[in-house]
Amino acid sequence: MPMTMNERPLSPHLQIYKVELPMMLSGLHRITGIALSVGSLLLVAWIESAVYSAEAFAVLSRFLGSFIGQLILFGWTFSLIYHSVSGVRHLIWDTGRLLEVAQINSSSKIVVAVAIVLTVLAWILGGGFPGGVL
Amino acid sequence: MNHRYRTPLSVARGLGSSKDGLGHWWKQRMTAIALLPLVVWFVVSMIALAGQDRVHVLNWLHAPLHAVVFSLFLVMSLYHADLGLRKIYEDYVQARWLQLSSRIATDFAAVLLGFAGVFALLRQAFGG
Repeated sequence: MPMTMNERPLSPHLQIYKVELPMMLSGLHRITGIALSVGSLLLVAWIESAVYSAEAFAVLSRFLGSFIGQLILFGWTFSLIYHSVSGVRHLIWDTGRLLEVAQINSSSKIVVAVAIVLTVLAWILGGGFPGGVL
Repeated sequence: MNHRYRTPLSVARGLGSSKDGLGHWWKQRMTAIALLPLVVWFVVSMIALAGQDRVHVLNWLHAPLHAVVFSLFLVMSLYHADLGLRKIYEDYVQARWLQLSSRIATDFAAVLLGFAGVFALLRQAFGG
C-alpha cells in the first residue's frame, strides 16, 4: 500500500461515537424504511388475494390474525407512522430549520412520542389490544 | 497525460458512491411529500377495513376514489422505497457488482409489484 494511503485522515467509525437518541433515530428511519419496503410485498399480496381468491384471502387473514401476524402488522403500523413522522422532520431539516444540536435533541423526543402515540391510537381504533392477541 | 487538460472539477465529478445525486435527492423528497397525505388516507382506510370480511373489502375497493388513491399510494410507496433502497445499497454494499445487481433486482421487483397491484385494483374497480 502506498504511503499516501496511510497518511489520509480516517472518518471516525460508528463504534467511536457515544450512542445518543438522534443517531439511533437516524438508524431507525432507515430500518423502518427497509421494513416498509419488505412490507409492500405483504400489501400487494393482500390486494391480490382480496381481488382474485377467496381461499388465499382466508389463509392470509388467518395468518394476520395469529400472534406472529399481529406482531408483523403492529411492527408495520409503527414503521409506517414512525417513518412518516421522522420523514416530516427530515423535510423540515431540508429547509435549513431545526438544525441546532439542542433542537435536534428535543425534536427527537417529540418524534418518538408522536410516533408511539399515533401507533397505539391507530391500533386501538383498528380494534386491537384489549382482549385481542395483540 | 489527458489530465493536464481537464479541470479539477471534471476529474472529481462522478467519483462519489452514487455517481449522481441531485436528481435522486429531489425525487426522494417529492415522493415523500406526495406520500404524506396518502399515508394518512391509507392508515385511516386500513383502520376502517380492519376485521372486515372479503366482500366488504371488495366493495370498498370498487369505489373509483378508493381505487385511484390506493393505486397512487402503492405506486408512490414503491417508487420511494426503490429510491431509498438504492441509497442503502450505495452506502452499505461494497462490491460494485452486488450493488448494481441489488439495484436492478429492486427496480424490477418494484415495477412488478406496482403493475400487479394496480392491475388488480383497476380490475376490481371496473369489474367486481
